[in-house]
Amino acid sequence: MDFISILSIFVMACFVGYYVVWSVTPALHTPLMAVTNAISSVIIVGALIAAAAGGSPTAKWLGLVAVALASVNIFGGFAVTARMLAMYKKKER
Amino acid sequence: MEHTAPSAWVMLAYLISGVFFILALRGLSSPATSQSGNRFGMAGMLIAVVTTLITHDVASLPEIIGAIAIGGGIGWVTARKIAMTDMPQLVAAFHSLVGMAAVLVAAAAFLNPGAFGILGADGLINPVSRVEMGLGIAIGAITFSGSVIAFLKLAGKMSGAPILLPLRHVINLGTLAAILGLIGYFTVDQSPWIFWTITALAFLIGFLLIIPIGGADMPVVVSMLNSYSGWAAAAMGFTLHNTAMIITGALVGSSGAILSYIMCKAMNRSFISVIAGGFGAEAAASSGEAKEQRPWKRGSAEDAAYMMQQAESVIIVPGYGMAVAQAQHILREMADVLKKQGVSVKYAIHPVAGRMPGHMNVLLAEASVPYDEVFELEDINSEFAQADVAFIIGANDVVNPAAKTDKSSPIYGMPVFDVDKAKTVFFVKRSMGGVGYAGVDNDVFYMDQTMMLLADAKKMCEDIVKALQH
Repeated sequence: MDFISILSIFVMACFVGYYVVWSVTPALHTPLMAVTNAISSVIIVGALIAAAAGGSPTAKWLGLVAVALASVNIFGGFAVTARMLAMYKKKER
Repeated sequence: MEHTAPSAWVMLAYLISGVFFILALRGLSSPATSQSGNRFGMAGMLIAVVTTLITHDVASLPEIIGAIAIGGGIGWVTARKIAMTDMPQLVAAFHSLVGMAAVLVAAAAFLNPGAFGILGADGLINPVSRVEMGLGIAIGAITFSGSVIAFLKLAGKMSGAPILLPLRHVINLGTLAAILGLIGYFTVDQSPWIFWTITALAFLIGFLLIIPIGGADMPVVVSMLNSYSGWAAAAMGFTLHNTAMIITGALVGSSGAILSYIMCKAMNRSFISVIAGGFGAEAAASSGEAKEQRPWKRGSAEDAAYMMQQAESVIIVPGYGMAVAQAQHILREMADVLKKQGVSVKYAIHPVAGRMPGHMNVLLAEASVPYDEVFELEDINSEFAQADVAFIIGANDVVNPAAKTDKSSPIYGMPVFDVDKAKTVFFVKRSMGGVGYAGVDNDVFYMDQTMMLLADAKKMCEDIVKALQH
């Protein structure tokens, strides 16, 4: 992919993000933060590439540490979001 | 070279993962759809991880699985155990990890560019990739050190008071300019010292940016760091030409930016003034002067119980003090007793109540308060004029009428609840001494219809429940 295609995806995604986030109900802003935190750990993709590659042992170890850090976030972020969301209940009638 | 252009299928997989992340946020538009949204997020992450693993020659699968297991285990246990009141510092800690991960990935890409497919024909890293890497590591490092400070302040391991260095604006702007200048120079000279200097300066500025910001502004800081962690991921997505990372980065970046904007607006402060810092310090200085004694009325738990039983409608305004006292459960019990006796009970939540956006909603949800009894500022504010009782527990600045009338007040212009229009006001507060985070006196204390309930919030609610059941 050339730079301009990537930039286009990025700009479009910013707009999508803008509208999607404004539609999030304020009551769920804390879960929003927790879940954005979890998904921003998609940076694990880069960490996996570094950890998987041969060639530079230092880069591999940096990658492995990054994989571990991102995993804390992925599991922790999604789990704590799920825990919070499960608490939101409607009025019993 | 082992790296070849990814096939269309791989790109499609990352695109699906990105779309799933959009759906994860979309689900949060209502509590009813939020849980399925969260599952979309998990699925998107799984797709991204599996795609990466099967499309690269993995030389070290056991190590990778080990790293995921260790990290995942720590994350999972933490998420299970954490108290809901501690959510702000948990989120800050998680942000720091994203920042650090971005730093490590950028460093690995610099040390082993071949693996990331960013080498040019001349054997050097592509100049565009160098800018992206430079930005990625800089934003990652700022996110890391900034979040560590935010974590320490939120967890009470460091004073929430702003720490003001002399010439801090000059130092900060100078450091920022140096980082940008070095990233520019990095495109013509890829010497390691430039890369590592950028990294070191970025760690430093993250630290310098957050130490002057006071406790009351932490919701903005946490949101802002949330945004940065997104931009860091996006920058690395550019380096890796990875759609999932770019989409996610843009989503998270916008999300944090919008939350910061909402928080600033709810405090009537400009983003620049929050970032410039020093809010708590100025206010503390001004509260020292002119402390006249004005008459106020003290009420008892029995008074409160009696008045609320007689009332048709009660609006509860909870604040961070309720969270500190862990009074949310007993508060809900109190509301339950009142509801059984035919009183209409609603909760009113200010956007900056608590230490992060939506914090109070989570705490009430934890105490099994139904979310359709909880209202936002603009939805409920007109109802105070008809309410019989406004029950303020652990909030202060968000009900201060000075924000509407007193131009010299540090909170002037901040949207506040019109509790002064309610027929009776009960104000639960530990003592008459402390006056909120902004450090300003509150006219509501001295109104004719106000009764101060001076006690620990939890104890007071327990006493009211007892009195109600008599």
